[in-house]
Amino acid sequence: MYTQGLTPQASEDGNDPREAAFQARIDAEDRIEPNDWMPDSYRRTLIRQIGQHAHSEIVGMLPEGNWITRAPSLRRKAALLAKVQDEGGHGLYLYAAAETLGISREEMVEQLLAGKARYSSIFNYPTLTWADIGAIGWLVDGAAIMNQIPLCRCSYGPYARAMIRICKEESFHQRQGYEIMCALARGTPAQKDMAQDALNRWWWPCLMMFGPPDSESQHSDASMRWKIKRFTNDGLRQKFVDATVPQAHLIGLSMPDPDLRFNEATGHWEFGAIDWAEFRRVLAGDGPCNRERLAARRAAHADGTWVREAALAHAAKRRARREAA
Amino acid sequence: MPATTSIVVAESPLARLALGRADDVLILGHRLSEWCGHAPMLEAELSIANLALDLIGQARALYALAAEAEGAGRSEDDFAYLRDERGYRNLLLVEQPNGDFARTMVRHFLYSAFIDPWWRATAASNSPLADIARKAEKESAYHLRHAGEWVVRLGDGTAESHRRAQDALDFLWPYTGEMFAPDSSGLAPDPAGIRPRWEANVAAVLAEATLTRPDDGWMQEGGREGRHSEQFGRLLAELQHMARSHPGASW
Repeated sequence: MYTQGLTPQASEDGNDPREAAFQARIDAEDRIEPNDWMPDSYRRTLIRQIGQHAHSEIVGMLPEGNWITRAPSLRRKAALLAKVQDEGGHGLYLYAAAETLGISREEMVEQLLAGKARYSSIFNYPTLTWADIGAIGWLVDGAAIMNQIPLCRCSYGPYARAMIRICKEESFHQRQGYEIMCALARGTPAQKDMAQDALNRWWWPCLMMFGPPDSESQHSDASMRWKIKRFTNDGLRQKFVDATVPQAHLIGLSMPDPDLRFNEATGHWEFGAIDWAEFRRVLAGDGPCNRERLAARRAAHADGTWVREAALAHAAKRRARREAA
Repeated sequence: MPATTSIVVAESPLARLALGRADDVLILGHRLSEWCGHAPMLEAELSIANLALDLIGQARALYALAAEAEGAGRSEDDFAYLRDERGYRNLLLVEQPNGDFARTMVRHFLYSAFIDPWWRATAASNSPLADIARKAEKESAYHLRHAGEWVVRLGDGTAESHRRAQDALDFLWPYTGEMFAPDSSGLAPDPAGIRPRWEANVAAVLAEATLTRPDDGWMQEGGREGRHSEQFGRLLAELQHMARSHPGASW
């Protein structure tokens, strides 16, 4: 694989004189590029984060793909198919961005299938009705954008550039999802109930997407220093709540949080306690669909082995024939 | 507002022609979209979605033409979601289940090897489908190339992929005859006239793929008259479930 030349250079973080110069570049908002020196822990953090992000795009195709064949109109079907295709494309650029750090796509996929690499826990929740497709676009993509816009300025160049493209498409998905919800909210009573039910089920898991409270987050400090992360989990979560609550109210949906109230003094929506036990349980593997999602990815990979082998064998035959000619 | 019950289309010759072609691409697009999230590799995931999107786009344009031809004020969704199995006019070939990746790609190749020259002939004619054909021919040229390349890779890949590709070809071959049923409406090129170009497309790819062209035996037919395979009703049940459960709703 072409990434083999990029094996991480050994360094003891904290003891390398190059580290000060590296941090100075980051502080000056310079971009770090693949061939630049970087501390191992910076490299590992990025591989973990970009890999996780890529896996999330791929696993995320499953809950949405679940509704393509049942989309209620041809226009919605085409839009959903295009959206799910975009997610696959995002997975592809992100794997490519991670490969610049010295890991191959094959290794990352192996880690996912072995259950060693994570993907966003939100995709362990099921899409039970058509309204879930609206809710995913509006809320899940909406939350993802809050997380991802700051990544367009991430210190690692290839990741930042991939995120610029991804964010453009994600904001289109978010508007599309909200538009699905708007159509349901002004539809028949059954459609409106479907929309409310989807909001009720997706709201809390979406708040969990920003990660544990700042007081408990493991990765924040170094990531902030390296400008891989620019806002805290709690800060982004609040931005998401503030942006989303008025959108729900505008279309006549109510928030599934009896403690939600607007604080005139701060200008923020204050929300109730998040069930972090649920978050940890789903993350640990006991969500509604963890087993199904991984099983589906493993089955696709295993069933596709003969196809990938055929493509390689055919390419080798062609090469051999060209060389013999 | 869609009706609450199934519709029966008053099929003028043009409506019937447009519906047949529209149903072909909607159903083939539906089958392809079933791969979403389960394809053998990420690149195939993206290309299959792309093929499906092209086909669904073509279906929408063709249903719009059928609606105009019928003149009963129906929408694309009425045609797709409210016709019963016996009212669907697609070829049996395109409704065949995906099977493995070889069957999906061979199915796509056999269809594209026909529809690409048919769209080109239609685009160059004064058919009422000519405008649609001018857009579709660009897409079908890519479909033919893409599916043909996969058939070659699988046929001339490993022993296993060769066996699977040959099995797919043998299984699907009896569904190819229906594509060439004569059309004397004069509204578009007669499919029977496309046969030599289809034969040439197929022969070139099978030769490179080291696959054997099956003998032309008994050919299955009936799709254009609404006599489908047993599994087709299940496909429609899935496709139409939302519209049927929420009569009159807009989405």
